[in-house]
Amino acid sequence: MPLHTEFEDIASLRAALAARKISARELAESALAAVHASELNAFLHVDPALTLAEADRADQSLRDGSAGPLTGIPIAHKDAFVTRGWRSTAGSRMLADYTSPFDATVVERLAQVGAVSLGKLNCDEFAMGSGNENSAFGAVRNPWDLRAVPGGSSGGSAAAVAAGLAMATTGTDTGGSVRQPAALCGVSGIKPTYGTVSRFGIIAFGSSLDQAGPLARSSRDLLELLDPMSGFDERDATSLDACDGAPNASGRIRADFDRAQAAYDQYGSLPLKGIRIGVPDEFFGPGIAEDVAQAVEAALAVYESLGAERVRVSLPHTELAIPAYYVIAPAEASTNLSRYDGVRYGHRTAQYKDLAEMTAKSRAEGFGAEVQRRILIGTYVLSHGYYDAYYLQAQRVRRLIADDFRQALSQCDFIMGPVTPTVAKDIGEHRDDPKADWLADVFTLGVSLAGLPAMSIPCGFGQGANASRPVGLHIIGRYFDEGRLLATADRFQSATDWHRRTPASAETQGKSQ
Amino acid sequence: MSWEIVIGLETHVQLSTESKIFSGSSTRFGAAPNTQANVVDMALPGSLPVLNRGAVERAIRFGLAVGATIAPRSIFARKNYFYPDLPKNYQISQFEIPVVQGGSLTFFLGEEERTVALTRAHLEEDAGKSLHDEYFLPDGAPASGIDLNRTGTPLLEIVTEPDMRSAAEAVAYARKLHSLVMWLGICDGNMQEGSFRVDANVSVRPKGQAEYGTRAEVKNVNSFRFLERAIQYEVRRQIELIEDGGTVVQETRLYDADRDETRSMRSKEDAHDYRYFPDPDLPPLVISQAWIDEVRAGMPELPEAQRARFESQYGLTAYDAAQLSGDRAVSAYFEQVAAALPEGQAKPAANWVMGEVSAALNRDELSIAQAPVSAAVLARLIARIADGTISTKMAREVFGSLWLREHGGNVDAAIAAKGCGQINDSGAIGAMVDEVLAANPTVVEEYRAGKQKAFNSLVGQIMKAARGKANPTQVNDLLRERLDS
Repeated sequence: MPLHTEFEDIASLRAALAARKISARELAESALAAVHASELNAFLHVDPALTLAEADRADQSLRDGSAGPLTGIPIAHKDAFVTRGWRSTAGSRMLADYTSPFDATVVERLAQVGAVSLGKLNCDEFAMGSGNENSAFGAVRNPWDLRAVPGGSSGGSAAAVAAGLAMATTGTDTGGSVRQPAALCGVSGIKPTYGTVSRFGIIAFGSSLDQAGPLARSSRDLLELLDPMSGFDERDATSLDACDGAPNASGRIRADFDRAQAAYDQYGSLPLKGIRIGVPDEFFGPGIAEDVAQAVEAALAVYESLGAERVRVSLPHTELAIPAYYVIAPAEASTNLSRYDGVRYGHRTAQYKDLAEMTAKSRAEGFGAEVQRRILIGTYVLSHGYYDAYYLQAQRVRRLIADDFRQALSQCDFIMGPVTPTVAKDIGEHRDDPKADWLADVFTLGVSLAGLPAMSIPCGFGQGANASRPVGLHIIGRYFDEGRLLATADRFQSATDWHRRTPASAETQGKSQ
Repeated sequence: MSWEIVIGLETHVQLSTESKIFSGSSTRFGAAPNTQANVVDMALPGSLPVLNRGAVERAIRFGLAVGATIAPRSIFARKNYFYPDLPKNYQISQFEIPVVQGGSLTFFLGEEERTVALTRAHLEEDAGKSLHDEYFLPDGAPASGIDLNRTGTPLLEIVTEPDMRSAAEAVAYARKLHSLVMWLGICDGNMQEGSFRVDANVSVRPKGQAEYGTRAEVKNVNSFRFLERAIQYEVRRQIELIEDGGTVVQETRLYDADRDETRSMRSKEDAHDYRYFPDPDLPPLVISQAWIDEVRAGMPELPEAQRARFESQYGLTAYDAAQLSGDRAVSAYFEQVAAALPEGQAKPAANWVMGEVSAALNRDELSIAQAPVSAAVLARLIARIADGTISTKMAREVFGSLWLREHGGNVDAAIAAKGCGQINDSGAIGAMVDEVLAANPTVVEEYRAGKQKAFNSLVGQIMKAARGKANPTQVNDLLRERLDS
């Protein structure tokens, strides 16, 4: 196992690095070796020379006292972020050989605070999918059960953390793509409020929904990444310069986290006294599997034991999130992906008669089935004569959903429930029925449509045949409440050990396949 | 049957920002292909558009100048179509809610004042250029090149109502718009480089009919002369078509200046479905009243206001005032000339600027900034006419030599060199009069006998003696004095 897995969290690893008990290069080498040995297919691009150069720079800054908060910490990026050194494919054949001339803001900011990148992580093609099976470069295995999907689209990001290949990873969440794989891989993940983290350098899927967020073992480690990742970026027009009056800058979330912790500390053994947790009836309907419901119920009981009060809330338009999302996201994607035409970069077909055929064939060959499906849907719903009935209607529903959440969050501090209706499915399980995957996104989509911050933390496992497959607890906060969310999740993790569980000899399993 | 022509114009005005509308790369014209295209212009994965406030500021300036409503909240939309010189394969434009709404433009058609209502003006990005027949593959096969330097150049598309009724009126509108955008400093007005591009929507209908005829959009017109000819051709084509029993189809037609004709480019049937929708990368453009006020405070005096002021302050006619207030540099030049002259001399100043100066500029293809005769020099020349040193006729000759940069702008030296300083000395003139009277006793007799012609003959003799330089008024007065005494 990589050396970093011997450390409880980023803070303790940082202390060891600062005390020179371990070097960034040792950490990087051991992580690269584990990545190399892994058969999870979590990584798409690894370049030891690049990683070790970063590690050596980290060691240098540790020596000369210029180290940042993440100096030497081994992380990895979802391949939906563009990177200057590593190829950036978004899991698509279209970009199989593409290298970006610039780094995404998220990549740049984490590098600025010293994080060492191990490479790029597998994901669903253009982040479209929830099982990582839509990657042009093969499915990713779930370290907890190699027959299972890791979730998606940030499947590589979740699997890499669960398997201990990286201390933390980055992901993007358009309709649940950080929270859902975090849940299915038993790790922690957070999608912040839309506009708090720059989208510059994220290979776009649904621009009004895409938001970057970290995945890690614990809520405290999420804070270590999310705080420096976030902040206003003049290169993204949807980036916010202020969050409820506070400047959108790194330090904001950490300050809120510290304030929330200090408030919780006042109440001793009942730290969450006065905190109301809203549990929507709609999140426990007939579609939810019994084992998932039980794990989530148990987690809610833990919160009650910490002093929180459980209240019933209602999100009446929950189910409408599915059609609304599957109109809006494909509509945006259909034009975001128009740029992949084989003219300037990316895949170009070998044989063509004319321009129209070159574009059509390049796209037909470069895009996988799910991406093509969504481009077709998106093109359809934006077409003359259908726009009002689909796109505008979906935007109206989007407002209703946001209003539902506003209403519910006025009656409670946080909303909690399941992230997914079931534990991870088997690889290949929904191959003939893509709609089944879409329906399973029911709990995460609404949050994305409303632009709210939300996270997933591990809270148990399935039952019977699913006993090795993790369950996640969904915690949804008010706008800009990332700090409080992380502190509240941390209280759960201080009281439980789900987040400390690791898959039994994951790498051994990986090798046996 | 008699026909009425109906014309509406759509003008793409390239805004004079240093950088592009959604990226930081330069808008300078003429650089080597693709040297002014950055990651945003090339639509690389992960790149995002960020609005250039300078482009918005220019749109506001235009809106205020034409009395339009500046939308407090307008929306950027994606206009989707595939074309290789459009890297994102969508153009960011404004569709449902444009930034400038309504307004009007007033101009002269000959000496008649006209007003055309504007529908809207919206911000959008320009596409790149496809360069055909200039590139060849290694095997010699012809290829097309793509230059993305122009990609993302800010455009303000200004759309009129179908208010114009002749090609000449359309041209007069376009000229006025052209001078206005330059006046406002929002466009360099260079038509050769494509900074000001006019498309004409043309239709005809029988006189008296209320409904408009089917229109054709004529594109690719890059000069005022071609605009006039393209419309004239298109009008003829439509009338002939209808009179021959045909019908006009709604289509886009390209003007071919070499053949002086318009040709069908695409018809409505194969029009794109652009799938417009709000661009999720760009929040609504919110323009506060404070921003509008700030722009207004920084605006130059508008042509209309200046025209009114020229009429009241200088006593110019409406037409002269309009002529002088069409171009900021010209009006400034005029005002400098007028300011250097005593009150009451504005009219000759206006005549000189619109006459000699304007003609010389046109002849030499110069802008007023390049005029070899400065406003101060022109003022001194006009002063010499006013004080009687030279006649207007002579002043034109002196102006000619000053224009050739002779005498370093010294007006009196130029007058002296021409040898055309007027003789105003009554003693000297009186001596010449006496000389001529003495030499022509017969003519004097004839005058005294009542022959008026004889007087003119004497004046001619005196002027001849003075080689034309004697002050004619003084010659007249002195001659009459001597004869009638």
